[in-house]
Amino acid sequence: MTETFIVRSARVLGGEPRDLVLRDGVIADVVQAGSARADGATEIDAAGLVALPGLVDLHTHLREPGREDAETVETGSRAAAAGGFTAVFAMANTDPVADTAGTVEQVLRLGQEAGYVDVQPIGAVTVGLGGQQLAELGAMATSAAQVRVFSDDGKCVHDAVIMRRALEYVKAFDGVIAQHAQEPRLTEDAQMNEGALSGILGLRGWPAVAEEAIIARDVLLAEHVGSRLHVCHVSTAGSVELIRWAKSRGIDVTAEVTPHHLLLTEDLVSSYDPVFKVNPPLRSARDVQALREALADGTIDIVATDHAPHPVEDKDCEWGAAAMGMVGLETALGVVAEAMVSTGLLDWAGVADRMSHAPARIGRLEGHGRPLEAGEPANLVLVDPEAQHTVVPAELNSRSRNTPYAGRTLPVRVMATFLRGRPTVLDGALVEAVTA
Amino acid sequence: MKRHLLSGADLDREDALLVLDTAAELASLTDRAVKKLPTLRGRTVVNLFFEDSTRTRISFEAAAKRLSADVINFSAKGSSVSKGESLKDTALTLEAMGADAVVIRHHASGAPHRLAHSGWIQGSVVNAGDGTHEHSTQALLDAFTMRRHLAGGTGDLEGRRIVIVGDVLHSRVARSNVLLLSTLGAEVTLVAPPTLLPVGVESWPCSTAYDLDGPLKNADAVMMLRVQRERMNAAFFPSAREYSRRYGLDARRMALLPDHAIVMHPGPMNRGMEIAAEVADSDRSVIVEQVSNGVSVRMAVLYLLLGGAQLGLGDDAPTTDAGAEA
Repeated sequence: MTETFIVRSARVLGGEPRDLVLRDGVIADVVQAGSARADGATEIDAAGLVALPGLVDLHTHLREPGREDAETVETGSRAAAAGGFTAVFAMANTDPVADTAGTVEQVLRLGQEAGYVDVQPIGAVTVGLGGQQLAELGAMATSAAQVRVFSDDGKCVHDAVIMRRALEYVKAFDGVIAQHAQEPRLTEDAQMNEGALSGILGLRGWPAVAEEAIIARDVLLAEHVGSRLHVCHVSTAGSVELIRWAKSRGIDVTAEVTPHHLLLTEDLVSSYDPVFKVNPPLRSARDVQALREALADGTIDIVATDHAPHPVEDKDCEWGAAAMGMVGLETALGVVAEAMVSTGLLDWAGVADRMSHAPARIGRLEGHGRPLEAGEPANLVLVDPEAQHTVVPAELNSRSRNTPYAGRTLPVRVMATFLRGRPTVLDGALVEAVTA
Repeated sequence: MKRHLLSGADLDREDALLVLDTAAELASLTDRAVKKLPTLRGRTVVNLFFEDSTRTRISFEAAAKRLSADVINFSAKGSSVSKGESLKDTALTLEAMGADAVVIRHHASGAPHRLAHSGWIQGSVVNAGDGTHEHSTQALLDAFTMRRHLAGGTGDLEGRRIVIVGDVLHSRVARSNVLLLSTLGAEVTLVAPPTLLPVGVESWPCSTAYDLDGPLKNADAVMMLRVQRERMNAAFFPSAREYSRRYGLDARRMALLPDHAIVMHPGPMNRGMEIAAEVADSDRSVIVEQVSNGVSVRMAVLYLLLGGAQLGLGDDAPTTDAGAEA
């Protein structure tokens, strides 16, 4: 028996105020504001706050096992909850790689022990991310972790035959291959977006065609074998065009964009500060605009953080020696609000779709991304749409500090997060002792 | 002058001319029996070289010593760097030793920028070549050499036609030269196979060509860039022989140049590859002079960045703290 909460006067998806009664892990009732009654319930004043379904991140690097100096499942889970998430998909490029039932079950268990969000493991497509031999996808699918999303993220499944077989094989258990689209030969030692700026800065280019060529191949493969494909962190206007074309042909493809690709451009690389080094790289303003429009019109289905923590020493160095990646769980909603909501491209219902409903659906994750209605699991987040917050790296819940938004003021603030009726964030602060 | 010299773009026309004029003044020193000035006495200049480059290092070393600075040479090879010490820790060590200026050569583009703006050190940073980015003092010495031969040793390079040939894509010399020479009013043409021109080169302040013979006919100076033979392994060109045939400067091509035109090369040369021996050793070649001009230009840069005492080339006794104007 868990505590009962009455969330008073929350604007569900930004609509009219409603009271939500959370009891026994579910939304027991959604009623007219001010009318909910429950003896012994804890009242949450949510006047002026927007209620969204708990956010779901299809693309998180939690680094455990192997790089606990960068992040652990627990610290990453805390960061996720603080950012308004109730579920995250943990990428497979750990050490050891999550390419066996044993490893994905370990990550699942660590997530349950942490208790802040549901941690849903992603399995590797190939053994050791080596791109040569399929991992035991079926064993991971039938394990306790119930893996449905498979990805070699960090590396591209570049071999066309391996990709074809993987797409075919996971049909047996309704899985999806999440492709990190990066043609390896075109991007050897690539450091930043290839364009006029890379030429001036003398940094080796990561051309858009290296992403687009793989996406073009993969949507055609998915069509040929009738499989489901998900494209990770789409970063170019050309990729958007390809995905739009594929969807118009009825190909079963979904795509994600990261918050940073919706807001930041390659100009930041001129500082040579590796906090802006990420893969795929920051692109041009034209690409950013195309990605925003694609997310708004549904060509790109979801926002996924690609939260990629790195220890200080891997960023406090020269550009060429630095690791690629940015932390993003705690800033994702603010960035999306700035890039998409403030600009009028998405309303809160749209945010709920792109950051909760759709990612849960793509990842086949039950109990998340559900509507905020009576009888549904009580996974929700309360957001203050009028608040702002300035990003201070030292205040992040993540173990790592590599945020590209240091000192930047972002709109909105996560005031409360509930995971199956239990608060993980209250009054804008992480709840310290959550119990599973 | 800015506090650091990281890029050809750090110098506006006025600053560039100040460096060149100062270098000209300092060059007269080389003709003296005693080549040393007291200007930077008590100041410490560190040559921080993460890449082997004996030529550039000794040029900076000679420049600093002729200004009486204390010089510390820090070579990454065989040092703690090869044992995994980071750029940051190396920088903190130099800072603890009281470096007034750090001359850095690094294989990573942007490393000097990082050193200058990370807060690790307080002193001035001079880029002595970073990755495939820039080599600003090379551009200054090239401009200095061109000015001597093409502009009577004073003023800018307005309207002079400079042809730079070769591996522009990987060349820090080309980037710095395009920026500086265009600032000085020169018309720069880059000549290379399309594979060795960077994406976006059309936005640079210069023109480009794939054919060498045409631009040579009205060039005032032609600068041949070093081309590594191994580039053919990455399919930038089919073979060294074909490269040499299409883009090498041989006697036939040299004959296309106007009579006054000079031939330059930043060194080290691949004789027989981008430049024929008979061209390198010809009367038009100013390649050896580039080297000696390099010392004068680097003296000027260190002097101006460190705000040393008056040059004291005249009869007046050196005074303090009156140097670094602007």
